Formats: sequence, structure tokens, C-alpha cells
Amino acid sequence: MSDVITAEFVDLDLPATDKLAVTRALAQRLADGGRVSDLDGFLADVAAREEQMPTGLEGGIGIPHARSAHVTEPTLAFGRCREGVDFGASDGPAHLIFLIAAPDGGGSEHLKILASLARRLVYASFREALDQAPDAASAADLIRKEIAS
Amino acid sequence: MNIVAVTSCPTGIAHTYMAAEALEQAAKAAGHIIHVETQGSAGLDAVSPEVIAAADAVIFAADVEVRERQRFDGKPIVTGTVKDGINHAADLVSRAVAAAEANPADASAAAGPALATKVEEGASFGTQLRGWLMTGVSYMIPFVAAGGLLIALAFMIGGADVASQVNGGTFDGKTYEAIADPTKILAEVGLAGVLFKLGALAFGMLVPVLAGFIAFAMADRPGLAPGFVAGLVASAIGAGFLGGLVGGLLAGAVAMWLSRIQVPSAVRGMMPVLVVPLIATAVVGFLMLQVVGPPIADLQTALTDWLNGLDGASSIVLGLLLGGMMAVDLGGPVNKVAYTFGVAGVASGSFGPMAAVMVAGMTPPLAMALATVLRPKLFNDAERKAGESAWLLGGSFITEGAIPFAAADPLRVIPAAIAGSAVAGGLAMALDVTSRAPHGGIWVVGLIGNPVAYVAAILLGTGVSCAAVILLKSRRSSPAGAGSAGSASSTQAPRPAAQF
Repeated sequence: MSDVITAEFVDLDLPATDKLAVTRALAQRLADGGRVSDLDGFLADVAAREEQMPTGLEGGIGIPHARSAHVTEPTLAFGRCREGVDFGASDGPAHLIFLIAAPDGGGSEHLKILASLARRLVYASFREALDQAPDAASAADLIRKEIAS
Repeated sequence: MNIVAVTSCPTGIAHTYMAAEALEQAAKAAGHIIHVETQGSAGLDAVSPEVIAAADAVIFAADVEVRERQRFDGKPIVTGTVKDGINHAADLVSRAVAAAEANPADASAAAGPALATKVEEGASFGTQLRGWLMTGVSYMIPFVAAGGLLIALAFMIGGADVASQVNGGTFDGKTYEAIADPTKILAEVGLAGVLFKLGALAFGMLVPVLAGFIAFAMADRPGLAPGFVAGLVASAIGAGFLGGLVGGLLAGAVAMWLSRIQVPSAVRGMMPVLVVPLIATAVVGFLMLQVVGPPIADLQTALTDWLNGLDGASSIVLGLLLGGMMAVDLGGPVNKVAYTFGVAGVASGSFGPMAAVMVAGMTPPLAMALATVLRPKLFNDAERKAGESAWLLGGSFITEGAIPFAAADPLRVIPAAIAGSAVAGGLAMALDVTSRAPHGGIWVVGLIGNPVAYVAAILLGTGVSCAAVILLKSRRSSPAGAGSAGSASSTQAPRPAAQF
């Protein structure tokens, strides 16, 4: 099983654009890393999920996500945006963006990893640590450790 | 405080788990115990029935329909979106606490039905079976009490001929037309007739309610329709409560099996309300009508022929037989053959068999009532309550008063009932007791020939059955006895937390 996140799926300086552009930028990294087979197909699935209900959460978080046939392995892309991007949360734009890609009908072991990641996201300490992460590799390490714990 | 929560969201990979974590943290911070069921894509991690039963409040943080929501019925429930669960978990928890405190009775009231539907998962089959039967019995008892006492009251104030006046038939030489329109009963028969009709209608529900709630205990709500219909068929074909018992178990088993079939998620929502009840009702109803029904009809014909052929037998043997038959199924096909034989005798001027049938039909409820007084520990709460009304039911020749006991523990109660009824019937015939009344119990003692012997037969039969049932129930090894009695009574217990 490959790592759910590595440095290549982290972008600590996302430009402040909009959620579509930010999501596409992160998804591009997944496609480049071979985790997403069809970039536009995957983005369509993410957009469909986003339309049901915006994924922005209070505390400056956006978690665009989808279960998609175009995902080869459960993977997480993480982006940071100082200025913030609106993900529809009531208290303002998102500074930490987690793009969660889950394969359609994937094994439950993989999905449990994503579930435990989701559980960690509610901790302010975890979010602060990511806010302070100096580079992509340490951000990816931080996330992997949190999931394992 | 104990809290149960369910989280779910459309995709089931992110918000579901975030909300679960947030709720767990918020509840812990506030000093509560929480169990969260995440209905996500990593599989449903179902909370156990015991946890639900013990919960004081329920939180739904869900954007999609909570699966198997009926498990939480009756509990104080607070609902929010899955995002409320993430962003305002503490708020949801305090709302749940407030709901539980505002309505503490709800928490315990919920326990009854919630637990009554769930026999412990890991329990042995015997314990489960007893739990299912007791669930059916506990819902049936109010019908026995209300219906039986109404009928008894009707005989008390209206005399022995109330039944014939309402339903039609011949009584003491007079022939009555059945009253087709129930609203005319008051004018034609009086208040007693109305009470009799109401009691009879309530009694008509006994077997359907028994079967329906046995199936409900086994398969939850999807079992109700097939169970009730199986019970209605059992009534319609004259299969009595034993037919209802079998029908209820059959309906529950079929509904349970159908509910476990894995179906595509698009159809899943329709399974419990539409597909399972439809198919199970059709299958079980068909089986009851075509497979269970015909042998019962054949049995009745054969028994009737056999009784009519017993001309030469001694009257004591006939009394023993009629008496025993009255108690075999307490209102089922065999009972009906014996009763019909007695009534036919009255019509043709032979009053002995009717007396034997009547005393034998009175002793089972009386014996159970006496046993609950003498040895209350052998019975659970529901049975002891049934015992209180069984005095009047037995005294009024309403044999059905013993059904709650027989349905809960047929293998011990029925043999005991047969023994006492046979003794009563045999003694009545031996002492030349006669009855001109086809119904009425002690209320028609004025129409009884040799009333002292009549009372003696009732007392002796009651004593025999009572002793037998106490003996049989005591012979259960005491730890197992205590265990199964305990688990059975906990289906009634207001606080399921008492269950292990």
C-alpha cells in the first residue's frame, strides 16, 4: 500500500484564486503522481459532491473530496493558502485545504485510513501544526504520523 | 449521562468521521459517555442494542437518512446536520442532555419497546425463543384482560344466554337470530350484549396480536405485517393460539431472512416498509392457509367423528377426554371440538358433557392464577399481572385466560392444564353434574344440576393443575431457571440496563 500522502502531494503556497482553481491545482498533483487516472473526470466527481453541500468547515478548512472511479489509490493532497479561498464555510475562507481522493468501491482498509485522517482534522492542535509546517515534506510527515497514531 | 450518536454524510469518507470525533471529544469534555455509530463508507460500525437501550439521549448528526432508525425509537432525539456535529458538537451534546433531562421518562419508556424487540444477540436459541414468545405474550395480555373481563361482565349482568342472543343459536329451547348489524345490539339485547360484542372483538385480536408481536420481536417492524396476517389466518382457520404461535415464528423467521439479503442501496430503503412485509406476508399467509390449515380441519373432523363414536364408553372416560381436550390448545381446534360436542349435547337434551366441558374450561386460568399467588417467583411480571385477571376469566369459563402462560412456556403449562382439566371433566361426569347453559362459568350456577359437585370438580381440577405447573416449573434447574426467567422478564422491564 502506497503512502496516503507524500511531499509531492503538498502545496504550501497555493495562490488565492477560487475553490475550483485550488482543487484543480491539487488534483493535478494527484494526476501527476499517478493516483488519479483522469483529471477532468475526477474533478467532475469532486464538483458534484461540492454541489450537494459545500465542504468548507469552521476554523478555516476546506475538504473537497469524492469517491471516484478515476482514483487508483486512496490519497490525500494538502494545500495551504495564506489569503484563504472560499469553500462555503460560515466563518470565512479556508486556509487549509485537504483534497481527499477515494477509489470507488475501494477496500475498507484504505477507507479506514481516510476515516482516521478525517477524525484528526477536528483537532485544533493538528491544524495549527500544519499551519506552521516549514516545508512540504514535513507537512506530509506530520499528516502520516497523525493518521498512524 | 449515556449518549448514542449517529453520523452520516453523502460520501461517507470525511464529514461522517470528523463529526464522530468532534462529538466524542465534546461529550468527553462535558463528562458524558458517548458511543458514535459512523454510517460511512468504511462500513457501518453498529452500536449494540444494549448500548442503545442504556442511552439517555440520541444525537443524529446526519445529512442522509439514518439507517435502521427505528432502533432509536422512543428515545429523546436531537438532530443536526453533519456539519453541526463537526462545528457545534458541544452544542449538540448539551441539547441532548437537555432533552434527556426534560424528558427522563422517555428514556425508560423507550427501553420497553426497544428491548422487547431485541432478544440478546449472543443468547442461546432457547433464551431467544423464550424472549420472542414473551414479547408476543406481553402485548397480548391487555387484549386478554380487556376482552375477557368484558365478556365476563356481560355474562354477569346479562345471564347465560347473552352469547346466543348476539351471535345467534339455540339456548334452553329458544332459538335466536344472529344480529348482523352491531349497532342494533344495544336495542335488541341491551348493555350486556354490547359488552359481549366488544369483548368478543377484543378476543378476536388475541391470536393476531400474539403472532404479530412474536414476529416483531424476531424481525423488528418488517415482521409486524406478516405476523399479524399469519395470526389472522390462524384465527380464520380455527388454528387457535398454537397456530398463532407457529404462524408468528414462521413470519418472524421469513422476515428476518429476507431482511438479511444484501440488496443494492437504491432498493435498500424500500426493503423494511415494502418488500419484506409484502413477500413475507404472501409467503407466510399462503403457507398458513394451504399447509397449516388443512391438517387442522382434518383433525377436527376426525376428532368429532371419534367423539361421536364413543357412545359405549363410560361417562367418566368421556369426561376425562373432553376435559383434557379443552386444555390441549386452550381455544384452538381441539378445544373447539370438545366444546361443540358439549353444546350439541345441550341442544339434544344431554346436559352432562356440557358440564364436563365447562368445568374443564374453567380450571386452566384458575390454576395459573392460584400458582402465581402461591409461587410468584416462578412467574415474571407479565405473567403475575395476567394471573390477577385470570381469576375472573377462569370463573367465567374463559379458558383463554391461560393463554399468556401457555404461550410463554407451552411445554410445562399445557400438560399441567390438561391434567387438571381432565380430572375436573371426569369428576363432573362421575358425579352427574349437568349444565343447561352453554357458557357462563360460576355465573350460571343456577342452571347447573348438582352445583356442589360442580364446584368440587372445579376446585379439584384447579388444585391438580396448579400443583402440576408448580412442580414442572420448579424442576428447571434453579440457576438456569433464574436466568431465563430473568431475561424473559427483562423484556418487560422498564430499565433494560438491568439486562446483562
